[in-house]
Amino acid sequence: MKQLIVSLSPHAHGNDSVERNMYGVIIALIPALLVSFVYFGIGSIVVCLSSVIACVFFEWFIAKYVMGRQTCSILDGSAALTGLLLGMNLPSNLPIWIVIIGALFAIGVAKMTFGGLGNNIFNPALVGRCVLLVAFPAQMTSWPQPGQLWQYTDAVTGATPLSIMKQAIQTGDAAVLDQLPDAFHLLLGNHSIGGGAGTIGEICGLALLLGLAFMLWRRIITWHIPVSIIATVFLFSTVMHIINPIYADPTTVILSGGLLLGAIFMATDYVTSPMTARGQLVYGVCIGLLTIVIRNWGSYPEGMSFAILIMNAFTPLINNYMKPKRFGEEIKK
Amino acid sequence: MKIKTFSIGGIHPDENKLTHEVPTQSAPLPTQAIFPLSQHIGAPAKPVVKKGDFVKVGTLIAEAGGFVSAPIYSSVSGIVLKIDTAIDATGYRKPAIFINVEGDEWEPSIDRTEKLELVKDHPELTPEEIVNRIKLGGVTGMGGAGFPTFIKLCPPPKAKAECVIINAVECEPYITADYRLMMEHSDEILVGLELLMKAAKVTRGYIGIEINKPAAIKLLKQKCNEVFCNSDYKVEVVPLQQRYPQGGEKQLVDAVIGRQVPAPPAIPVNVGAIVQNVGTAYAVYEAVMKHKPLIERYTTVTGKKLSKPANYLVRIGTPMLQLIDLCGGMPEDDNKVLAGGPMMGKALTSTEVPICKGTNAVTILSGDEARRRTPAPCIRCAKCVSACPMGLEPYLLAKLSAFKEWERAERNDIVSCIECGSCQFTCPAHRPLLDNIRLGKSTVMGIIKSRQIK
Repeated sequence: MKQLIVSLSPHAHGNDSVERNMYGVIIALIPALLVSFVYFGIGSIVVCLSSVIACVFFEWFIAKYVMGRQTCSILDGSAALTGLLLGMNLPSNLPIWIVIIGALFAIGVAKMTFGGLGNNIFNPALVGRCVLLVAFPAQMTSWPQPGQLWQYTDAVTGATPLSIMKQAIQTGDAAVLDQLPDAFHLLLGNHSIGGGAGTIGEICGLALLLGLAFMLWRRIITWHIPVSIIATVFLFSTVMHIINPIYADPTTVILSGGLLLGAIFMATDYVTSPMTARGQLVYGVCIGLLTIVIRNWGSYPEGMSFAILIMNAFTPLINNYMKPKRFGEEIKK
Repeated sequence: MKIKTFSIGGIHPDENKLTHEVPTQSAPLPTQAIFPLSQHIGAPAKPVVKKGDFVKVGTLIAEAGGFVSAPIYSSVSGIVLKIDTAIDATGYRKPAIFINVEGDEWEPSIDRTEKLELVKDHPELTPEEIVNRIKLGGVTGMGGAGFPTFIKLCPPPKAKAECVIINAVECEPYITADYRLMMEHSDEILVGLELLMKAAKVTRGYIGIEINKPAAIKLLKQKCNEVFCNSDYKVEVVPLQQRYPQGGEKQLVDAVIGRQVPAPPAIPVNVGAIVQNVGTAYAVYEAVMKHKPLIERYTTVTGKKLSKPANYLVRIGTPMLQLIDLCGGMPEDDNKVLAGGPMMGKALTSTEVPICKGTNAVTILSGDEARRRTPAPCIRCAKCVSACPMGLEPYLLAKLSAFKEWERAERNDIVSCIECGSCQFTCPAHRPLLDNIRLGKSTVMGIIKSRQIK
């Protein structure tokens, strides 16, 4: 008689997979990506595409020739996702060679040196972005104005909402804030008026929120991290706005810069975020506080990337102290 | 009204209840019956027959081997062939009694009529007498674990029972034995529940049923109203949301009466609940009222590739292969045969393994369903943490076990794991989480035990 297959229970599986989650996030990024094509044209396509290709290439090359692995992990979608997120965190006029250096740091340094998928401490895409921000400050802080479909590195650059806010704080003149687009334009994307520049992915709040809804519906992520970040930022910036009107109003703060992109897509990265609901709330609140601190009092206009990377470093500590509530821990009466 | 369920974690596997509407049939007698001496948790039973003895249906063949143990009765009539070892569901060879079947002659003490006996007609049934008859009848938990039933009715000195909860959840996919039993023997189950309440000296009873069995909920609600309307007992049928592992004792207590049993060594009676499977309630009825020891049970034989999956009333000791043949034979594929359902069932090494007191199903998984997928690295998605019904961190416990960090595993409450498999079911990376946790749990339990001896 044929041999029977024997293994320990459970014998059923929910059919979830790494691929389903990784490609799920990529699908959630599609609305934001399409909007960026409309606003930034050819530049956004070139940057995102070269970033994805470079990340996948580096993952394959390092896994195969540097680490000598037999199995190749590029099909699981994690490298492509890192590439896409890196691209969406860059300005659309960045030359390809700089994008490739960013991809090398993201995949090569931040991910593969730690052992590949699942072992990295820091969010690879953000490491790539921050390395570029420090190494190429000029190129990384020139932001093309939306609406220039056929210009790439030659696009006309302009002010971002965050640089306007920074200027208001530095000059102590609340009137500077009048240059900001209103919340409605920030939500939909703000190509027709001044002060609407930014990275590829952060241009349309609504598209990012659609992505969030999709990921919550597919249960790829839970609400804890995005909601705690956004709520903290809202409360903190409300307080600051009331104390002194040179600090922008909370709605504008949330809708401008990389806050939504970061809260929805970067901070929720599985590998580098805490494992328990309680831990995720602590992590989200700290990211929110750090972001506003850096935005208001740091030398950079944007604090989201740094805030997330700093909290990535605290994730193991959070995991150690923020345990889930055990069954029967408190006896209900 | 909000439908009740347990408070932490849980998953929702595909139901696959293929045999829901298939009425139970009596399985034909086997030619040879095998009775492993360890069909329950606790000490194995001690044989009281020897080679060549003639036994009838209901003859004692092995007595309880200690306090936590249960006697075993022959389910067939015939000649004792040998006392030898046989492979059981654990995959090990364990002592067992083999009986060659001849005819079908029953012990005369067993009442084989269909007449429904009511508790009020039997004033001689004191709580002590009920417990004693349950103990003598060899009744053990019918839901899988197989804990001797009478022990649950004698709570430890400090605990006080307040209610009896009947576990009619049947949250495992595929299995429908309890559902069929409820549909076909609801009167007997309610008498069984009354006996259990009387034995435990409580007046509150609950029957927890998941809402995927609306017919059973309706039927039992109606019968409860008829039976318990003018009595001292208050029995409530509690519909529960569909969620695995609701049939776990601790989860069921949480779902039904909203109390959480603390970490081991606490047991449900520490929060006032005695949980018994619906099959156990039926077995209690038969043992107490009909003097019929536990010799047959309801078992579902199922699998997507089986041509005729069905529910059977089976004599304990019947080899599984015989039941599989009744359902159309083994499918032509790579098969995995489970004693139990796909979440907690044990994969068998041989189809000669007999049906035991706790075998609620024989499930056959074929082809891709039978195989495990290749594990990938953990992506730390935390889905196992949110799926764990005990509020543990499976990813961490699995890792600590793999690295033999027993102390840290103990500090992270590894012994609270109920081995339900929700973590592994959810894991997108297909990691063998529970394999590692099981290993860690048994090692840590051993360490704790040896510490107590010192």
